Amino acid sequence: MLTTIEHVDRVNDFVIKLANVNGTGSASANTLLMKTVFRMGVPVVGKNYFPSNIQGMPTWYEIRVTKDNYMARSGRVDIMVAMNAETYAKDIREVSSGGYLLYDSSWPRPTLLKRDDITLLGVPLAQMCNDHFQGVRARILLKNIMYSGVLGALLNLDINIMKALLGESYGAKKSLLDANVKALEMGFNYAKDQLNCKLPMQVRAMDNTKGHVMIDGNTTAALGCLYAGATVGAWYPITPSTSLMDAFKSFCSKWRVDAQTGERHYAVIQAEDELSAIGMVIGASWNGARAFTPTSGPGISLMGEFVGLAYYAEIPAVIFDVQRVGPSTGMPTRTQQCDLLTAAYASHGDTKHVLLFPANPEESFYLAAQSFDLAERLQTPVFVMLDLDIGMNDWMCADLKWDDHFKPDRGKVMNKDDLEKIDKFWRYYDHDGDGIPYRTLPGVHKKGAFFTRGSGHNQYGGYTEDSKDYQIVVDRLKRKFDTAKKLVPKAIMHGKGDNKLGVLSVGSCDGAVREAIDVLKRRGQHVDYLRVRAFPFGEEVEAFLKSHEQIFVIEQNRDAQLKSLLILETAVEKSKLHSILHYSGLPIPASFVVDGISKVLEDEELMRALGLV
Amino acid sequence: MSFINKPKVAKLNLPRNELGLTRRDYEGAMSTLCAGCGHDSVTAAIIEAVWDLSIAPEQLAKLSGIGCSSKTTAYFVSGAHGFNSVHGRMPSIASGASAANRALYYLGVSGDGDSLSIGYGQLAHAIRRNVNMLYICENNGVYGLTKGQFSAAADIGSVTKKDEANKQSPIDPALTALSLGGSFVARSFSGDKQQLVPLIKAGLKHKGFALIDVLSPCVTFNDHEGSTKSYAYIREHFEEAVHADYVPLRKAITADYKAGNDMQVALHDGSYIRLHKVDESYDPRNRAHAMEYLRAKQRSGEYVTGLLYVDPDSKDFHDVNETTKRPLNQLPYEQLVPGNQALDKILSRYR
Ligand SMILES: Cc1ncc(C[n+]2csc(CCOP(=O)(O)OP(=O)(O)O)c2C)c(N)n1
Ligand code: SF4
Ligand SMILES: [Mg+2]
Repeated sequence: MLTTIEHVDRVNDFVIKLANVNGTGSASANTLLMKTVFRMGVPVVGKNYFPSNIQGMPTWYEIRVTKDNYMARSGRVDIMVAMNAETYAKDIREVSSGGYLLYDSSWPRPTLLKRDDITLLGVPLAQMCNDHFQGVRARILLKNIMYSGVLGALLNLDINIMKALLGESYGAKKSLLDANVKALEMGFNYAKDQLNCKLPMQVRAMDNTKGHVMIDGNTTAALGCLYAGATVGAWYPITPSTSLMDAFKSFCSKWRVDAQTGERHYAVIQAEDELSAIGMVIGASWNGARAFTPTSGPGISLMGEFVGLAYYAEIPAVIFDVQRVGPSTGMPTRTQQCDLLTAAYASHGDTKHVLLFPANPEESFYLAAQSFDLAERLQTPVFVMLDLDIGMNDWMCADLKWDDHFKPDRGKVMNKDDLEKIDKFWRYYDHDGDGIPYRTLPGVHKKGAFFTRGSGHNQYGGYTEDSKDYQIVVDRLKRKFDTAKKLVPKAIMHGKGDNKLGVLSVGSCDGAVREAIDVLKRRGQHVDYLRVRAFPFGEEVEAFLKSHEQIFVIEQNRDAQLKSLLILETAVEKSKLHSILHYSGLPIPASFVVDGISKVLEDEELMRALGLV
Repeated sequence: MSFINKPKVAKLNLPRNELGLTRRDYEGAMSTLCAGCGHDSVTAAIIEAVWDLSIAPEQLAKLSGIGCSSKTTAYFVSGAHGFNSVHGRMPSIASGASAANRALYYLGVSGDGDSLSIGYGQLAHAIRRNVNMLYICENNGVYGLTKGQFSAAADIGSVTKKDEANKQSPIDPALTALSLGGSFVARSFSGDKQQLVPLIKAGLKHKGFALIDVLSPCVTFNDHEGSTKSYAYIREHFEEAVHADYVPLRKAITADYKAGNDMQVALHDGSYIRLHKVDESYDPRNRAHAMEYLRAKQRSGEYVTGLLYVDPDSKDFHDVNETTKRPLNQLPYEQLVPGNQALDKILSRYR
């Protein structure tokens, strides 16, 4: 790491990293710690680095306590909870200078790796668990709660909140609750008695989490689908998108079941593969239901042929791509923004698709809901581009709100009365000059009947192999895409727009970019920042590219896919764009962005060449 | 769209169904298939069946994949919405469409290539899901549209026009459906309208997935000597096991019932299928028996036809899903959205 972000004070501003073996129940401790900080009114965010495995592989969890509400990784580790002997050597290396490492001192280790610039804290966790609890599994699970107690004392966490949280989790089972509270207190008291608890890292109660929740983006996307009125969901399980459909199902089982009859007002279909899942979405949307499918890269690849059909036959479809590391199976439990180009141009032939880019779980709710309006208004597939970081990590977000007066935009659908009044229905005809034709639903009126096909068709809906008739339709589709530019969510601008230097980024990079800009500002370096929220790019993106002399494009993939899209789809000169690319599979840290930008700014020769000094 | 309402010229003297519509009202675009293609006869049988059932054209949805057979959905009932999807994937479109609107009749038309190779997986899973639809596989043993390659339905020893013999064992759609728990399994021949029309009617009325494997010769690529899917070969090896007649609700008279070779199967809407067993030993309510019988006949090169198996009480997709009776696509938005207050309640878990 080149630079780290300067910090003076570690109160409410530090990172705990917990190294564990997966399948040992460490998740409950992670949640306990994070929620305690949250309930103390201090902003916090969690990042889970888990293996594609069910049991026995290393897993890490990072909790960032952040009084300034920074949602990215900072790039530092102040306290390492090193519970996995296998990864100990790597874990100790990662601790930032001046930091602490907590380890299990139950067994004397002949050669315990140490570092002069950090403090090692040993607690005989396994020993205490063995002495006080029965059963192998219980001992393993309670060890996690015990070190949470230790951390509680070290960091000055409110032990009553911790106990209350345990009560919420285990309240129904008294013996289990008692054991958990006992483990918590044993850890807490051990630390108070045996360790020096005067760490610079402290949690001090604030009042900055009111009106907020700790939630992941798959859950909020599922809520978006629920509130948009989606009734059909089809899917094939794939990490990291699975929890989206799990959440939708669970919300529906509560809110979409008739209290009297028990009948369901929804259908969730587990398909045999992603080809079938998208086929079901297209079939349901063709029939006028709001339908969606969550998937990830491999599923997107499989859906290609059908996506082209929906584009050309003009059928709405909502696809959530919770992006993970590719290519191929890649690293299924790591994050990237690596499907931008695949999704933008999915399928053979001339195709282009609408993409939405939420930056966090809060936006993932609103854009998920909006995606159905856009898909139906534009009669085309819409991809909501999440990633594992947004979809599966718990972020602190402002409370989601729903306008009870909201009426969904169902687009240009002709009803029975409309059809009564006309002589003939022309499916692909541009009546309004916006490139969007009218559609009809099966079962409404025989005058509305037409033949949906992926083969060549004319503007009236008939089969064609005539060049001119074919071109009339595909040219209109292009105009429809221009209309889409005006309907999709606008990019968000930070800064007055009067700087020569711009930063342009997308999706879950947002937290890191915003934090980095603050750091640069403190160093006297000013940039404007534009976060795109949709493809096709609107006029505001074009204007930003034009009005800035040099632009850093920050994204999480190797091949600069966002930059490629900008070059292909806007008038920007290629030489203006500088990529900062993070593709390790872990979420981009703020320090990486600071380093990437500073490297250019501090290179006088380069700056001169760019005409910036 | 042209916004003038032109008066319809009444067609006189043609027989009318309960809706006052003639067979011509159930026609579609002109067929572009080869003269004599079996698929055109199936189209004619569909028109006859849908007309006779008095299904309003807009209450039918016609779905297909890709192939000569799949083109035919354009050639019947032009008043119904049609969906010519992608190769082998019609079952997923039908599954989604049926999930969204359970009130329509779904008629899928596919070919042996579309169904048994590229689309075999989707067919299998639509059967398992027991989607409420009629699925007609127009089986000619070849890929007609790509000019005569063998399909997976080709029998061992059957030869192409270029005299190449097939050496791989065939996939039988009827046996497939039987083994996957299909609730209505039939086989017929495009040249036997007497048998086919009632099967189509019964299949449309059956609640659940109804499969009819229709032997439907390709005159251009698979009607020569040495082919086991030619008109001549099928006529010679066609063996009806059970003849089915569809008896609509208004005509159901139980007095007609004769034991022995005849039996009646009540459908969920109160109409009947009357079965006449040509082979007395055949039991169309016994899946294991049906499979055994078909396998034995397959070994001796015979095509067993008729209604081979039926379970009128099977649970279809919506039964299993416990979907509300009102089609999902017709639920008002207000009924679907829990509202802002509920959202607050939902969020309380995340604090
Ligand atoms: C993905 C894909 N691969 C290949 C094709 C080419 N193709 C079109 S129809 C067909 C076979 C159709 O055979 P069958 O379903 O038996 O129909 P038939 O023409 O015999 O009625 C093939 C391979 C295609 N349309 N799509
Ligand atoms: S090629 Fe064969 S299947 Fe296709 S239309 Fe001609 S006869 Fe029919
Ligand atoms: Mg064929």
